[in-house]
Amino acid sequence: MSTTKIRYPTGFVAAPSPLRKVLTAVGVQNISLLIAIAVLVIIIGTQNPLFFGLNNVRVIGTAIAVTGLLAVVQTVVIIMGALDISVGSIAGLTSVTSAMIFTVAGPALGVAGAVVIGIVCGLLNGCIIVFGRVNPVIATLATLAAYKGVAQLVSDGRAQGYTGANPFFIFLARGTLLGIPTLIVVLIIAAILVHLVLRYTSVGRNIYAVGGNDIASRLAGININRYILGVYMMTGAVAAIAGILITARTGSGQPVSGSEGLELESITAAALGGAALKGGKGTIMGTILAVILLGILTNGMTLLDVNAFWQNVAKGALLVIAVVIQQLRSKERRIGLPA
Amino acid sequence: MASLDSDAVTFRASGVSKNFGPISALDGVTLELRSGEITAIMGENGAGKSTLLKIFTGDYIPDAGTLTFDGVEVHFSDPAQAHAAGLRVISQEPEIVPHVSVAENIYVGSLGAEGLFFDRRKLEKRAASDLARYGFDRVISPSTIGSQLSAAQRQIVEIMRAVIDNPRVICFDEPTSSLGDDEVAMLFALIRQLRSEGKAIGYVSHRMNEIFQLADRITVLRDGKLVATKRTGDTDHDDLVRMMVGRDLSQLFKRDRQPAGSTVLELRNVATDDVNGIDLVVKAGEVIGVSGLVGAGRSELMKAIVGDLPIRGGEVLMNGTAVRFRSPADAVAAGIGFAPEERKAEALIMQRTVRDNIVLAVLPRIAKGLVISSKAEKAVAVKYIDQLRIRTPSSEQLVKNLSGGNQQKVVLARWLALGPSLLVLDEPTRGVDVGAKAEIYAIIDQLAQQGVAILVVSSELPEVLGLSDRIYVMAGGRIAGTVDRNDATEESILALAMTDTSTPPSSAAA
Repeated sequence: MSTTKIRYPTGFVAAPSPLRKVLTAVGVQNISLLIAIAVLVIIIGTQNPLFFGLNNVRVIGTAIAVTGLLAVVQTVVIIMGALDISVGSIAGLTSVTSAMIFTVAGPALGVAGAVVIGIVCGLLNGCIIVFGRVNPVIATLATLAAYKGVAQLVSDGRAQGYTGANPFFIFLARGTLLGIPTLIVVLIIAAILVHLVLRYTSVGRNIYAVGGNDIASRLAGININRYILGVYMMTGAVAAIAGILITARTGSGQPVSGSEGLELESITAAALGGAALKGGKGTIMGTILAVILLGILTNGMTLLDVNAFWQNVAKGALLVIAVVIQQLRSKERRIGLPA
Repeated sequence: MASLDSDAVTFRASGVSKNFGPISALDGVTLELRSGEITAIMGENGAGKSTLLKIFTGDYIPDAGTLTFDGVEVHFSDPAQAHAAGLRVISQEPEIVPHVSVAENIYVGSLGAEGLFFDRRKLEKRAASDLARYGFDRVISPSTIGSQLSAAQRQIVEIMRAVIDNPRVICFDEPTSSLGDDEVAMLFALIRQLRSEGKAIGYVSHRMNEIFQLADRITVLRDGKLVATKRTGDTDHDDLVRMMVGRDLSQLFKRDRQPAGSTVLELRNVATDDVNGIDLVVKAGEVIGVSGLVGAGRSELMKAIVGDLPIRGGEVLMNGTAVRFRSPADAVAAGIGFAPEERKAEALIMQRTVRDNIVLAVLPRIAKGLVISSKAEKAVAVKYIDQLRIRTPSSEQLVKNLSGGNQQKVVLARWLALGPSLLVLDEPTRGVDVGAKAEIYAIIDQLAQQGVAILVVSSELPEVLGLSDRIYVMAGGRIAGTVDRNDATEESILALAMTDTSTPPSSAAA
């Protein structure tokens, strides 16, 4: 920096300290998530030593894989300034259709068919929003209901197609790659890919730009319609992969039971991870840490025999506390609805 | 002017200081606003004017110093207390409730005072009589819906909100930045009326002409400190600039132009939803001014040129070939850069870095395939930060932390990085301080020298006159006339701008 001839206005801090550099590299947001995870691990670990078993780590990992996938793509949608409430329904629809296609045409077409259906669902969401001029929350609230209905229609409301004996689905559900459960590998690959796209490509940069200021992005020559449609299609595709994982884990296609409520969990994780609902802000790192935090919380409370109803209260409380802390740090004035 | 010498101090801020962390925004500033006087508050952006006004409204609580009304100390910890004490600040960009009428917008804080149910007709009648009292009854109707108001009308609503409470002190924060000249005249008449009613008036503005027309006294701030308070008669333009920037800016407009090159953009009888019959030519190396009153269709024409609003008729030629841009993306691809009037709302991504904002339009160019080279990216950002002298600690600073002038330079940097053949600038120096203004003028001149064709929309006549090689004056959605640089005067442009638009411009323009 010293080589450039920049005149500093009075009052700016000139050189950041090493500690501050580390803080900005990791992100203050992520550090508080790491601290929360550490505190939680210590509390649960001292209460129940079973928590530290390799087996339990594996349990947590596989439990968060599906939610994690949806949270990762939800983060992208939120960064773009929108929301996709229909991801759970798309996962349900693709879960049941993947199993049904598998039954007649085998695993490859089952997977491909589900992904195509997911992309079509996403495209429809995008078209309703862009060309129908419907607010994303309302549009995907509508398709949340509609896609769930379609899933129930095609399956007659029941689980369909037994995949539990197929080696590919068994590999997805219980197999390992380099000793890591496949479910976790899928999540890691998806998270890294999306992270790289957001961080290092023009596509990712433009998604942040559209979420930060859509008019400015449009006037700067970004085709924002293409981005909105593209992001919803990508979300549909990943929701389909989540649906396939649900099928693999349960051994059959589940129209509703495996996926209901996942949309809210994905939004919870993204918000906890620091994505701002007004757009332009958020990281995959933060979301993944939030997913891990939520996974540990659920697992720990189950180990400690906390009643499931209280678990819901605890998750809600965690989200409120985290967002309140974020907002207090933003020093926004406490008047009216938050910006 | 007798009141100048009396000691009727209405409102006094003494030794007011305010710090934000290590940054001192105000340092021991003393200011008096006297009854029956207009006191101008001047200074570059960042001089502390806004901070001072926010202390007046109770938004900020000063770290040191006192506020007194006729010698009685007051403390504001929220805007309601400032209102109750009789002090109002008219904000630059007023908050208007979009879906309710002007009448409801005016009385927005006092609705419900007359019981649970409100009588729309009674309210509108009251609004009509209040508007008439201040001479606004012909420019704004009490039943108009908030979202349909022009910038000038929004300002009027904000002023009405203040004056109906009958405050003792009214401060205006750059009230004319979004107004055309006729509206400015109307506003000045109102401010003078308020003065004659014995109000103490504070008036923040960057525009010298206004200050000399209006103010009885002028207070200048620099870097959070009081430089001086002078009577208007005891100072002049150059003196004020010296006090504000601490240096002489006699040469605001330096011109060093090449002869114009080939035609870059030509409009032939272009019509959009807002404008009609537009013929316009911009050549390489020319700066073309577009003048006119607010509402004449200037900004709409610019947005049509850059593909953001549809063109309904006529021909657009870019370098001699007919083009029809369907989106700003097409225009950017054709080498057109556009800096819109609403910098924060339409040009900048405030919570992203200076670097992100500069490279926004050239990302595909500094990406290999899809992957961005962060080195190339930073090099582009640093190059333009240096070249345009953008004052920022680094390319990684968030744009929202920069001053207005430097934010505008970031927008210019974005388009310079593209290497445009045509640059469309809508009010490029709005809300920018004198120092940064001069720098922006120099950048525009330099670009013209390098052969860029430039279209500048401006409401400030000295700016249009100083910059332009040729000036198109718009009125009522048409070109009312074209004035060459050598024939242009403020009077000739104003006369064209106020052309009666109900008759064809050819017969109206003399």
